[in-house]
Amino acid sequence: MEKKIATVKMRNITKTFGTVVANDKVWLDIYKGEILALLGENGSGKTTLMNMLSGIYFPDEGDIFINDEKVVIRSPKDAFDHGIGMIHQHFKLVDVLTAAENIILGLEGKLDLKAATEKIRRICEAYGFEVDPNQKVYDMSVSQKQTVEIVKVLFRGADILILDEPTAVLTPQETDKLFAVLRNMRNDGKAIVIITHKMHEVEKLSDRVAILRHGQFVGDLPTEGTDAQELTNMMVGYSVNLNIARPDPVDPKPRIEVNGLTVRSIDGVLKLQDVSFTAMSGEILGIAGISGSGQKELLEAIAGLQPVESGSICYVEDDGTRDELLGKDPLSIAEKGISLSFVPEDRLGMGLVGGMDLSDNMMLRSFRKGRSVFTDRKSPRRLAKQVVEELNVKTPSIETPVRKLSGGNVQKVLVGREIASAPKVLLTAYAVRGLDINSSHTIYDLINQQKQKGVAVVYVGEDLDVLLELCDRILVLCAGKVSGIVPGRGAKKRDVGMMMTRLGGNSNE
Amino acid sequence: MLEAILSFIPRAIAQGVPLLYGATGEIITQKSGNMNLGIPGVMYVGGICGVIGAFLYEQSLPSPEAINPVLAVLIPTLFSLIGSLLMGLLFCFLTVTLRANQNVTGLAMTTFGVGFGNFFGGSLVKLSGADMPFLALSATSNCFKKTLPFADKLGVFGDLVLGYSFLVYLAIAIALIAAFVINRTRTGLHLRAVGENPGTADSAGINVNRYKYFATCLGCMIAGLGGLYYVMDYASGIWANNAFGDRGWLAIALVIFTIWRPNVGVLASFLFGGLYILHMYIPSGMNLAVKELYKMLPYVVTIVVLIISSLRNQRDKQPPQSLGLPYFREDR
Repeated sequence: MEKKIATVKMRNITKTFGTVVANDKVWLDIYKGEILALLGENGSGKTTLMNMLSGIYFPDEGDIFINDEKVVIRSPKDAFDHGIGMIHQHFKLVDVLTAAENIILGLEGKLDLKAATEKIRRICEAYGFEVDPNQKVYDMSVSQKQTVEIVKVLFRGADILILDEPTAVLTPQETDKLFAVLRNMRNDGKAIVIITHKMHEVEKLSDRVAILRHGQFVGDLPTEGTDAQELTNMMVGYSVNLNIARPDPVDPKPRIEVNGLTVRSIDGVLKLQDVSFTAMSGEILGIAGISGSGQKELLEAIAGLQPVESGSICYVEDDGTRDELLGKDPLSIAEKGISLSFVPEDRLGMGLVGGMDLSDNMMLRSFRKGRSVFTDRKSPRRLAKQVVEELNVKTPSIETPVRKLSGGNVQKVLVGREIASAPKVLLTAYAVRGLDINSSHTIYDLINQQKQKGVAVVYVGEDLDVLLELCDRILVLCAGKVSGIVPGRGAKKRDVGMMMTRLGGNSNE
Repeated sequence: MLEAILSFIPRAIAQGVPLLYGATGEIITQKSGNMNLGIPGVMYVGGICGVIGAFLYEQSLPSPEAINPVLAVLIPTLFSLIGSLLMGLLFCFLTVTLRANQNVTGLAMTTFGVGFGNFFGGSLVKLSGADMPFLALSATSNCFKKTLPFADKLGVFGDLVLGYSFLVYLAIAIALIAAFVINRTRTGLHLRAVGENPGTADSAGINVNRYKYFATCLGCMIAGLGGLYYVMDYASGIWANNAFGDRGWLAIALVIFTIWRPNVGVLASFLFGGLYILHMYIPSGMNLAVKELYKMLPYVVTIVVLIISSLRNQRDKQPPQSLGLPYFREDR
């Protein structure tokens, strides 16, 4: 076997934001013809490090060598000139432009869309992409947008590709397709760096793993011969248990009964069609589905935030009294003990106010309590401190605006607050979106604790592996319809994946 | 009737030209994501700087007959361009470099520009020793108002199409060139990307700040020409304080009316100009209140267009997505 050549060498890279050290003297080598997985907890500086390669940030200290030549990368343009292309977690595309216009954006010379289209077609054929150069970006699905991003980078002749959590928004099938393309490119001699939280993807795709912890480089090792347990221990710095516990349901009784629920969006698009299910107390009901299949509308309908066309949602008390929730306002539904924590893609905007500090955000739930005309500021402070301690939120103080925290920490604050309100029904969507494996497990533990207290948990998740391990039952949504409800114990990932894309999961039509 | 229409069209066009300059400048500015509400002030400054230039030149002449037509046009134009360029640079420095709030900065600049114009306008009136509250620069204005010599020999066609001064044709040419550059060239593509999504443009290697500076300053210079046209051509070289009125705001309304398309702006500005003077052609007797209602028309149609385009909610027909937002690469 030939000796691998390090095409990028990063030496002693340090970057600070204010008082926060994001990267501390990091060493990293990237080789040609290899897929490197960059692992680390939230806030460990993976994205920051890669942003310095792609010219978004400028390192405070340290040197970057490309093909043994010292380079200074001041801007994304410099990065392109050195053959570095990055596909960001939040796509960098202009919605109102076409795929082709987005791909040639920033290049010099005369505008010749015809020639560009021709070149895009050639690239697509070479690697097996499907892109319509004349389609506007706002008409595209997430995976199409990602494809455009990758073609954009290849169009510029990049040899070094960096992908920041590329699979976070893809279905399992789309992920497989992406991986096939990435392997193609590796075999073509390109260097690929992929940032991810999903261990099974690291094991499936990468050749080598590099690990960051608190902004420092811990080490790298070949993927072959290691396992998720070892990698997680390196990431966290101590030994963690990776199995998600699934205690047996405690005294399950129907709590929420949904019957024939149909919801239309404002533009008249059918979002949910004839959805019926029962959520039991002391049980976790998982909801699986491709993003945008109606998960958000379902939870919001239960919480009273979404107008419903037809159907019924019943809240069942312990003694069997039934109470129709439709037509009630969100406040009285919340008073029944139904709590909704929805983590949207941008993590803020639902339930937290970015410009307010931690304790004020806690107060959003409790400001109506108390008899005095003045608000009670002490208990939210206490709650904020408790959440920070228990969930290990990394924040300079509880007076820090939530906006300034890293994404994972924002989420802990949100989920922590919802759980602290001692709900009867906990609706949570994407609770671990973008969280690292260790924080995710903290959240799973919290959810399991609630379940054992007899709370009916509805858990909308993206990661099928987790849904299969955590939930007692899984409801699969497909384009707004119930594709099926399967028991979590013994369900097959493949089957659930098929049900997500086709009603009932029948593949032999 | 025919005669009324024949006299109406040239006057509508004359009214529309300052709006066209202002709107073209503002569209170019807004395409870069900068919301310059200082345009009315910039147009004021463009006007008064032209007046200052013309005043200085006329004062230096031994007699009005000794005027050199080329210099009489070049000097005020240059003054006007420099004045509005400085306004543009000020706006960019505040909003792009220091990332101040664009709306607040813009409104402050409008107030400043109007005050600047009135201050120097008043001072010049005093200097000229006129006993009336305005300054007349008829000699310079005559140079600006020169039309093609054979225009009036060609009958109706000559009057309607050829009978205007060079600033009118320049306004149309600039609008059409702007439309071509924005939609058909790489510079335009980059400019649109900057206004839609500066983060994306930046990561594609486009210098966001340079585009914002360039587009805003160029936009201000074009808008400033609108002020110059108003004084030198439309008002026949007579500067009176506050005479320019609310034309600057009308130009901004025109930007929305045309849905950010300078080529549409050519006809739309003439329509606005027509609506602006319609009240003079509608017999309304002595009831002045009715006239005021007619003067509202341009704003009413703008609101109607806003409602329709918002209702239809087509992605291509919306303002630039990052309009009014500052951009900082390392923002977290």
